[in-house]
Amino acid sequence: MSKSPSTPKVANLHDLLAVAYQIEIDAVDRYKLLADQMETHNNPELVKIFRDLARAEGIHGEEIRRMAGDFDVVARAREMAKFEKGESPEEADLGSAHYMMTPWHALQLSLAGEERALAYFTSIVENTKDPKVKELASELVEEEAEHVQLVHRLLRKYPKPGENWADDLDPPVSQE
Amino acid sequence: MNVETRAFKQADYKSDVKPIWCPGCGDYHVLMSFTRAFAQLGLPPEEIVVVSGIGCSSRIPAYTNCYGFHGVHGRSLALAAGLKVTRPDLTVVVASGDGDGYSIGGNHFLHACRRNVDMTYVVMDNHIYGMTKGQPSPTTEPEFDTALSPGGTKVRPFHPLVVALASGANFIARCFSGDPNHTADILAEAIKHPGFSFVEILSPCVTFRPDEKAWKEQVHAAPVTETSDQGKAARRLMTDDGFNIGILYRGTRTPYQPAAGKNDVDLSALEKDFEL
Repeated sequence: MSKSPSTPKVANLHDLLAVAYQIEIDAVDRYKLLADQMETHNNPELVKIFRDLARAEGIHGEEIRRMAGDFDVVARAREMAKFEKGESPEEADLGSAHYMMTPWHALQLSLAGEERALAYFTSIVENTKDPKVKELASELVEEEAEHVQLVHRLLRKYPKPGENWADDLDPPVSQE
Repeated sequence: MNVETRAFKQADYKSDVKPIWCPGCGDYHVLMSFTRAFAQLGLPPEEIVVVSGIGCSSRIPAYTNCYGFHGVHGRSLALAAGLKVTRPDLTVVVASGDGDGYSIGGNHFLHACRRNVDMTYVVMDNHIYGMTKGQPSPTTEPEFDTALSPGGTKVRPFHPLVVALASGANFIARCFSGDPNHTADILAEAIKHPGFSFVEILSPCVTFRPDEKAWKEQVHAAPVTETSDQGKAARRLMTDDGFNIGILYRGTRTPYQPAAGKNDVDLSALEKDFEL
């Protein structure tokens, strides 16, 4: 539906670094926003989880910035790394948030983001003709695959909640 | 002359106040679209005024770093029109919801379209009064059956875009909050367009209308290109399914400017009357 901006085209190594950086930064911003929402709605367990996720994505972003060396990856990212529908691959879906959501739900959002990032970098590996881009994109694919596994491991600690997880003894629909 | 060029990031338009909307609310995306549009246009935050009325949507001025006026229920357009005609140098954006804008402020809506002051009116439409816990609004479907509207209202919903066109709005568009980049593009176009620009944003209320989560699948790009022909626009809007997204009308009316009259009052003389 969006006419612009479309998914960024990666033409060289600098573009890939910029896109990879922006993906992490977008994820940081989104997790921070979700943490703020949970803070407002007094769900402290989720505040911690979203802040931890934001911190982890921020570390990845910094790693990419270091990999870029003297190249100004931040400026390049601002120029070109804009995603269709305003949703960068690792950005958790704001519309899926709920004030009573559980760690399992937060990890589902995270898992979806990691899987989208994995698919995105995989498509670059499959489509690029530039060997340097292919090499770095392959490393990013490995990294994202590790993150997917990590979220799966964390999910063992937080099993799916029962169907009544959203039951609220004092619901917002007070007039019904 | 040394002219300072300032580049703005989205973050420059965000305040430190944390939104208290429900998690999942579409208005978070609308706020994001506001700041994206402002950054896209490179407008200095101190030259923008966000005016609002009452309701969930109307909390938005507090969440921006621009000037703001959280006004009286349904009266945001009157406030904004007064501001814009006295300070035409400012960019005036008005935020409202379907209750504030189409019911309590319905009369102002008609006359703001008719008057065509150069400002942008954004209505976050969720087809419900969210802040007061789920009463039907003017855009609620007639069969929406709840304890507050047993058996549904059975009242034909208000068609804001048709009303805007008939009343003289100079730019009419519909967006979906779940596509913040596209919404930002349209808001930027609306702000740039001279005269009264009306942008309806479908913004789901996840608490009182969880069914609106399906809007994501229902919205679609308008199958026709924008028009400046009122007749064509009217036919399109009358047959509209409510989910066409895009710029639907871009008019050519000259924006309203108050003419200098022979009875104009010297403001400094007026000020003296209020001196204590």
